[in-house]
This record gives sequence, C-alpha cells and structure tokens, in this order.
Amino acid sequence: MKKTIFSAAVAAVMAAAPALADLTIVDTSYRTGPYAANGIPFSDGYQDYFTLLNQRDGGIGGEKINLIECETGYNTEKGVECYESTKGEGALVYQPLSTGITYQLIPKVSADGIPLHTMGYGRTSAKNGKVFEWVFNYPANYWDGASHAVTHILDQNDGDISGKTIALVYHNSAYGKEPIRTLEGLAEKHGFNLTLLPVDHPGQEQKSQWLQIRREKPDYVVMWGWGVMNQVAIQEAVNIRFPMENFIGVWWSGSENDVKAAGERADGYKALTFHNIGSDYPVYDDIQKHVVDTGNAAGAGDQIGSVLYNRGMYAAMLAAEAIKTAQEMHGTSVINAAQMRDGMENLEMTEEKMAAIGLPNFGPEFKVSCENHGGNGFGAVSQWDAEAGEFKLITEYFQSDQEVLAPLIEEDSMGFAEENGIELRCN
Amino acid sequence: MFYREAGDFKTSYVEDGQTFPIKFDRYRYYAVLIAAFAVVPFIINDYWVNAVFLPFLIYSIAAIGLNILVGYCGQVSLGTGGFMAVGAYACYKLMTAFPEVNILFHVILSGGVTAAVCVLFGLPSLRIKGFYLAVATLAAQFFLVWLFNRVPWFYNYSASGQISAPERTVFGVPVTGAETAPWAAYLFCLVFTVLCAILARNLTRGMAGRKWMAIRDMDIAAEIIGVNPLRAKLTAFMISGFFVGIAGALFFAVYLGAVEVGEAFGITKSFLVLFMVIIGGLGSIFGSFAGAAFLVLLPVLLKNVLVGTLGWPTDLAAHLEFMIVGGLIVVFLIAEPHGLAQLWRVAKEKLRLWPFPH
Repeated sequence: MKKTIFSAAVAAVMAAAPALADLTIVDTSYRTGPYAANGIPFSDGYQDYFTLLNQRDGGIGGEKINLIECETGYNTEKGVECYESTKGEGALVYQPLSTGITYQLIPKVSADGIPLHTMGYGRTSAKNGKVFEWVFNYPANYWDGASHAVTHILDQNDGDISGKTIALVYHNSAYGKEPIRTLEGLAEKHGFNLTLLPVDHPGQEQKSQWLQIRREKPDYVVMWGWGVMNQVAIQEAVNIRFPMENFIGVWWSGSENDVKAAGERADGYKALTFHNIGSDYPVYDDIQKHVVDTGNAAGAGDQIGSVLYNRGMYAAMLAAEAIKTAQEMHGTSVINAAQMRDGMENLEMTEEKMAAIGLPNFGPEFKVSCENHGGNGFGAVSQWDAEAGEFKLITEYFQSDQEVLAPLIEEDSMGFAEENGIELRCN
Repeated sequence: MFYREAGDFKTSYVEDGQTFPIKFDRYRYYAVLIAAFAVVPFIINDYWVNAVFLPFLIYSIAAIGLNILVGYCGQVSLGTGGFMAVGAYACYKLMTAFPEVNILFHVILSGGVTAAVCVLFGLPSLRIKGFYLAVATLAAQFFLVWLFNRVPWFYNYSASGQISAPERTVFGVPVTGAETAPWAAYLFCLVFTVLCAILARNLTRGMAGRKWMAIRDMDIAAEIIGVNPLRAKLTAFMISGFFVGIAGALFFAVYLGAVEVGEAFGITKSFLVLFMVIIGGLGSIFGSFAGAAFLVLLPVLLKNVLVGTLGWPTDLAAHLEFMIVGGLIVVFLIAEPHGLAQLWRVAKEKLRLWPFPH
C-alpha cells in the first residue's frame, strides 16, 4: 500500500518532469561563506557557457538549457537539500565543486540514477567505472595532481629527489587528505621524505605550520588548499621568505584570488592545472558578444578570463559535449539522466572538437570508457607572474605516474565495492 | 473558549500530575502523534524527508539533550558538536565492527558511549561554573574534533578521513545507506525522537529533574537541602550526552550517510543547538522542538520563498536569509527572553480565559 502510493507519486513526478524543462542543468554554487571567493568565478563561468549556448545556438541540438542555481555555501547539509530539491526537475548532471558534498551524493546519485561529475576533485577512486557507474572525475583527479607535482619536482632535479624533503600543507578535511596516500607511495618510490602539515577549516590560522616549515626548511612545499586558506598560506610563505618557485599548489590553489593578496613577492608561485589559462580564445569573443553585451552575464560579470572562471566554463563545456554525445547516441534531442550517463561514458575530447568549439588547445585530449571514468590524468604546471598579473603555463601537459596510481585506485574502489556489495560492470 | 476546562475534573494525584493535564492539549498531542506515525509516512517524499523532517527530528533530540544540561541543570555547554561527533563515530565503529547487530542497538549504544565521554568532560563542572564551564566544554568541542581528525582508527584508515554509513536494516527494511526509502528513514528517527522526548519529560519531572533544577537555581541551597551536587551534575551530563549521542549517530547514519568531522560537527553545530535551546525556551521539552523547528524550517522556507517563488539571485537570498533569521532571533529574545515555549505558554493562558480576561 505504502509502496504503491509512493511509486504512484514518483511516477506522477517522472511523467510531469519532461514537460517542465528541456535540458535541465543544476549549478550547485556557493556565492556565500568562507569559500565564496572561489565559488563565484567558477559558477559564473559555468552559467555563462550555457547562456552562450542558449543565446547563440538556441541550446544544444535545438533544445534550450534550463539552468537552475542552488546555493550550498560549501555546506554539506545545504548541498543535500539542493540535490533533493532539484533532482525532481529532471537534472542531467551534478557538479557540486565540493569534496564533502560529493561524498554525500555518491550513494544518492547511484540510487537515483543521475550522473555526478567531479572534475579534478571528489573521490579519486571513482575513476574506476567498473565500481562507480554514475560517478565521473575526468579529466584528472587528486592523485594525478599529487603525481604531477612530484613529477615536476623530479624534472627540476634531473630525476633524482632522494633524500629531499617535501612538505604537504593541506586542508584538514576529506579534500586535503586525499593526496596523502599517493604521496606516501611516491615517497617510497623516489626516496623523498614527506612532512604532513594539516590546516583546519577554514584555514586562516597557519602560523604554527609555517613556523615549522621555517625551522625544518623542506626543499619543496606542496599545498592542498581552498578558499581563504590559499591566500593565507601564500602570504605566510612570503613572510618567511620561502622560495616561491619551490611552492606548488594543486589546481584548487592556483587562482588570482590566492596570489594577488600577497603582492609582488608571490611572483614565481606555481600551481597545477588541467586546462589552459587566459581569455585568448575565440569562445571568449562569443561570450562577450552574446552573453556580456546582451546583459546576461552571471554574477557581477567581472570574472571573465580568470582561472576559476575558465574552469567553470570548462566544466560546462564538458557537460555540453557529453549532452551532444548522448543526443547522437540515442537519436533524441531531449535526453534523460540515464542517457546523459551514456553520453559521459562515451565522451571523447579531441583537439579538433575543442578547436571547433572555439577553445583550441584548452585542455588535454582524453577518452572516457566504461572502465575508466577519470580520463588519462594529464595536467600541466602554471606559474604566477606578478608583474603581468596572470598565471602562465610553463610546461606541456604530462601524464601522472600510472604505475603508482593504478593499484591504489584499484585497491580503494574494490574496498568500496566490497563494503557496499556492488557488482562489477563492464564485463 | 479554545481551551475549555469546564467538566475537566481531576480526581487523583496521578491525573493531576500528568504531562498534559488539559484534555484539549492531550487530544492535540495524540492527534499529532497519530498524524506523525500514520499519515506522514504515506505522503512523504525524498525532498521532505531530507530537507525538513530528518533535520528537524534529529536536531530536536540534540536540543532536548542540551536543554537538560543547560535549561534544567544550568550547566552551560558549548561542546554539543563534539559530543554529536562522538555519537557519530561510535555508531560508525559499531556498525563496521559488528555488522550483524541491529542498527537500533548501535544507535542506543552510541548514546551510551557519548554519555560516558560527556561525564568525563563534565567533571570540571564540579569546580567551575557559568562562563568558565562554557570555555571548558568549548575545549571538549575542539579536542574531540581534533581527535577524530587525527587518529585514523576512528575512520577505519580510509584515505579521505570520511566516515560513510554502510547499509543496515531494521526488520529487513534498509534505514541507512542510499537505498533507504524516505518513510523508513523518517520512521526510524521518529521512533527515537518520541522515545527520547517521553524519557526526557519523565526524567525532568521526577526526582532527578527536581535535583537538577535545584542545582540550577542555587547550588549551595540545593546542597543544604540534601542534593548531592556531584551526582546531580554528572547525571545531567550523562543523560544529556546520551541524547546528544543518539542525535549524532542518527545525523551521521540516517541523515547524511557520510560525514567529515570538522565540517559536520564543528563549533557552528554547537552554537546552532544552543540557539535552538535558547530560542525554544530553556527548561522545556516543547521548547526544544520549537527551537529546532524554528532554526531548521525557517531557512528552508525562506529559501523556497525567495529563490523558488520570487526568483531572486541565490546569493542575495542566502545573505537575506542570514539577516532575517538573525533579526528574528534578536526580536524574539527581546520580546520573549524565555523563548517560544514561554510565548506558547502565555498564549495558552490567555486562550483559557478568553473571552473573559481578568
């Protein structure tokens, strides 16, 4: 009885949903709270790209995109509320931009059948598509990032860093702890010493950590920070005169917000990235013409071209390409969440595709498959030029150390499968 | 008129001492219970359960727990978030260590573990009072969060330091994990909330509660009339910890499913529950529910009105929400420092006399 009423209600909602919207995309953003400075540009980029598609092309495949924004404040409870309140509208994909919310949503999306795309964050072992059917983290994940940083340091030292010390300054949360296991594996392989320095949320208080760095003088500092923590860390590094070129942040610690506050002395700070930087791409002319000039820009419209704006736009672009792929695969322009998942799983980003969109050489080429939901793990290193006031790519895209990462991902995802009784796919 | 007392006679002390001495109140209470158990589960969906009912029920338990300590015994505590974390982590360790045991027992045992920890941190209350005790419990808050972040044993050595609840069932129906039906999660929490409320109500109007209140009102006088302050204070910490621990376990296992200690059980949680107690009304079980409802439902309502109906930008709505909720708290406390419970009590008095006030 209970079940029938409930499923009748669900069926009614399901039947009503497609009539409501064409292609529904939810932007779970945070424009308030301690992480707002980084949440705003990402969300602006994410929205502007979809607005561009609506204004210029009339949507994707002739279907308009219905964008719903929901404020999470980087808070997991609010994130859950946002998810529950929007999933009934026929949302195609969620990109929460928060590892905490990602962990909440992984079981929920798997039960509800809605894809989750955690680009460069979230649960690393979700790369294993055999276990995580609905979760994607292409083009790169945290463990790739940890490996990129170490590879870059290896390159700087002609491939030998045994006996050197690398300190990891990290946000003391699921997000910050994620790279530790990989760095420990890499430390074993390359013979460097690893010092772990946790910083508590939200990250303003780091005096003791930097005092320790000053005392122990590690050769390199790697940072896993977000929000205000980045600014403070870079300011502290400047204060103790730590050589900036030996200070490498992950991609979430490499936006203009993070370095500008520290002024001239932050010059030379490095950060990883998995997409290109700047606004020198044809698509920006279109955004200017169709979005900004028509007064449809998201937010204050002052973030265009910043690192995190680019990342938000990149996330939106990947979602749009997955929608296109799904539309082609299923021969229908109005796709549902399950078809969207197929689109994401068969997504292939090539140079020609990106050039056609107006973003030539913007990100690495990769191909998603049933087994591999995480792409190929290519990333690059960028460096802050204080005088020019911009980050610049200083390396080509290079691949992470798959030899170390693959077994770790296998182990972690299999543990998850066992805990939750998941049957492996892709056979 | 609304509260007719004519003909509502009491012929024994038991009748006179019942929780709801007025017939109308009693029937209303039964109606609420019947609606909660027999109507809501049929009409509830994912959104209502996750955004409204679960947080309301769980925070109610936590508020009842804190109310016993602060409202009834007068021991100010800022450690609620930390104690909720103890409940959550105890539940997680029990769930993973003894998967064959029913989750019901795990939740109750988590309450027990938290009670023990709470007593430990309640020991300073024998020497210090008021603000000083608040600072001591604040230390508990930071220490516990630090501990759960620092020691990998608590999170079973997982890479991210997150704990996530595996699927557990009651009578074959999953109540934790992703496959949980909304009505199952709701009923599971509702049973705990109702039992906790009844237990707390009866404890507070019995001997234990009178001792707590004696300590709250004037500890030296209480000691002179024969209340043992050590036992009274520590039992208050123990009972409070028990409820808060159950709330923490449910918060983690049923509501969120995965938890990161610093984010979910940080100092803000302590303040939130304390606000619930203060706004709801110190020393009132109904006040705990009212306070939880106020602070859980109002933001959700405002969000739905401002963003959903009026279509305002989400960031503007979020900021306005802070201002409106904050403003209302201030207004409430100025207009009625004893909280919503007192407001209700006064309204009830007036309604009993209406339309012929003295």
